[in-house]
Amino acid sequence: MSTTASTEPVQPSGARDASAFLEVRDLHVRFPTDDGLVRAVNGLSFSLQPGETLGIVGESGSGKSVTSLAIMGLHKGSRAQVEGEIWLDGDELVSMRVEEMRRLRGNKVSMIFQDPLSAMHPFYKIGDQLVEAYLVHNDVSKAVAKKRAVDMLDRVGIPSPASRYHDYPHQFSGGMRQRAMIAMALMCDPRLLIADEPTTALDVTVQAQILDLMNDLQKEFNSAIIIITHDLGVVAQMAQKLVVMYGGRVVEAGDVRDIFYRPEHPYAWGLLGSIPRITGGGDRLKSIKGSPPSLINLPTGCPFHPRCDFRDKVPGDACVTDVPELLQIGGTPHAARCHIPSPERQRLFTEQIKPAL
Amino acid sequence: MFNYIVRRLLQMVLILFAISAITFFLFWATPANPALLICGKDCNTERIAEVNASYGFDDPLIVQYGRYMSGLVNPGGRELGSEGSQEHCSWPCLDRSLQNGLQVTDSIADAIGPTFWLATGAAVLWLVSGVLLGLLAALRKGKWLDKLSVGLALFGVSFPTLVLGYLLVFVFIVKGGLLPYPDQANSSPSAGLVPFFQFYILPWVTLALVNAALYTRLTRANMIDTMNEDFIRTARAKGLGERQVVFKHGLRAALTPIVTIFGLDLGALLGGAVITERIFSIQGLGKLSIDSVLGNDLPVVMGVVLVAAFFVVFANIVVDVLYAFIDPRVRLS
Repeated sequence: MSTTASTEPVQPSGARDASAFLEVRDLHVRFPTDDGLVRAVNGLSFSLQPGETLGIVGESGSGKSVTSLAIMGLHKGSRAQVEGEIWLDGDELVSMRVEEMRRLRGNKVSMIFQDPLSAMHPFYKIGDQLVEAYLVHNDVSKAVAKKRAVDMLDRVGIPSPASRYHDYPHQFSGGMRQRAMIAMALMCDPRLLIADEPTTALDVTVQAQILDLMNDLQKEFNSAIIIITHDLGVVAQMAQKLVVMYGGRVVEAGDVRDIFYRPEHPYAWGLLGSIPRITGGGDRLKSIKGSPPSLINLPTGCPFHPRCDFRDKVPGDACVTDVPELLQIGGTPHAARCHIPSPERQRLFTEQIKPAL
Repeated sequence: MFNYIVRRLLQMVLILFAISAITFFLFWATPANPALLICGKDCNTERIAEVNASYGFDDPLIVQYGRYMSGLVNPGGRELGSEGSQEHCSWPCLDRSLQNGLQVTDSIADAIGPTFWLATGAAVLWLVSGVLLGLLAALRKGKWLDKLSVGLALFGVSFPTLVLGYLLVFVFIVKGGLLPYPDQANSSPSAGLVPFFQFYILPWVTLALVNAALYTRLTRANMIDTMNEDFIRTARAKGLGERQVVFKHGLRAALTPIVTIFGLDLGALLGGAVITERIFSIQGLGKLSIDSVLGNDLPVVMGVVLVAAFFVVFANIVVDVLYAFIDPRVRLS
């Protein structure tokens, strides 16, 4: 295992956090390709309690979806190389056998995908797809599973579920399809629900309904949720904890409030600066200059340094040569991965960034 | 749905009408002279005039075409010939052959059997082998089995039917003596299953090879595309076993476009496989059509063209209707 990332002070490499329901420790995911080794996730660590919601934000290619697929064990059997540990309720998933992992999927851990039109099979009825998800993990008659499916469709707010059971995905509207997708993910009462950009394909009003629905269902089932998104509004509405990813690493982590009101990483500043605000007047939105890093040739040192506006605050070449560690800020769970000392970052934020938000 | 099918069937009748007219007038646009053929060896101007009069070749083309079509339009059929050789030809009447005087409808009815067995047998062979090989290749993408099947497919596509057919005859019948020489009596299953299969096995292989290769490539490509679809990831995320993911979710979607092509290929083949029928002396529609074209036998040419066209157009309708059942997103109206 590489030594650079595993010595993070936030998640000590020693004892596991025994209270955590899900704990990802020093996760690496790499894909060998013809162009070279794609390092999609590089030493990712976070943990989650039951009933809690964790938001993972970052640009495309920051490793969000790859992480979720790793938790689902969906890299097994593909070319991806997965290293590190993923502990779920006492079981380690990375080393778990394929067949065992299959029994967890859709059962204890389930997933909601981004585009429900392409994520549901076009040739099978919605209801039958739900029934299928239930029958894999429950030894019951088809009639019982069918009743369960109609119940779940009702729960997620689909009108006249008994008749919509027989519809095909293309006969549903976008919001209805996402509801059905959620119903499908919840068929086996999962303890952990991973939602990969669940509202990206939906319009804003439907988006709010879906998020409300997920919140309600979480209260009811006390499941843990990981919500992956690039929409900070969604995170604000859903999550208590937040992880900001860049180049396959966590660059800032902590409570949502901390990161929204006292962000310390220049990348997080950039993300917050690019949210449109009603009070913002007619100014153009700020974007983060440059583009996401190549995962084959990650920049040396801090992967964000080519796009960072504050490199002059760090003496010498540290940004280019050394990977900064994810350091806690003042003993709180809030942590950031930046060479600029924390007091200096706080000063920069209050003086330069905050007034412009 | 019902309305749709009726509309398509009416369309089919129109298309067949158009094809009959085009074939008829094209035939007379060539330097073909059927009267000369009928008139035979000791022909003279007088005889020719006689033949032309008795067969009605003197009449304007439009009248001749009308006379021909009357046998298809009139449910009572039509009366054929002049004094001495008169006979009734019941619907659907396709006139008489100029070469042997047999009613074309009867000749076609005799030839359809062998062509049907040849085409359907070959179709089953190429469908099963092509889909199986393509599926295996897709699931073992990049491995040796995949490379082998892609190589086989390339070989199959580039191997000419003509060469393959004669090669098989040479190896299995002439040299090897493993199979008997083809005997027309065995061209239907009523002759007993063993002689039937012995009769058809080589023609099936000959006819199926090219399509088996194409279907292998097609299935492989479709299957690889499908297995990258989001709904396959969903199926895995549900915890389904790999077998269910591949067969219930993957293959079902990957085969849909193949159904379309299979229907059209089979439809086209039911019109006769000229080369294969000739190599293996099968008295099917292909042989009938090539003989009629070489013999300037207009009524037979018309007959085989119409039958072949019917199969193609009808296969199109069947495929379209079938598609609506396979893919719920397709709604016929």
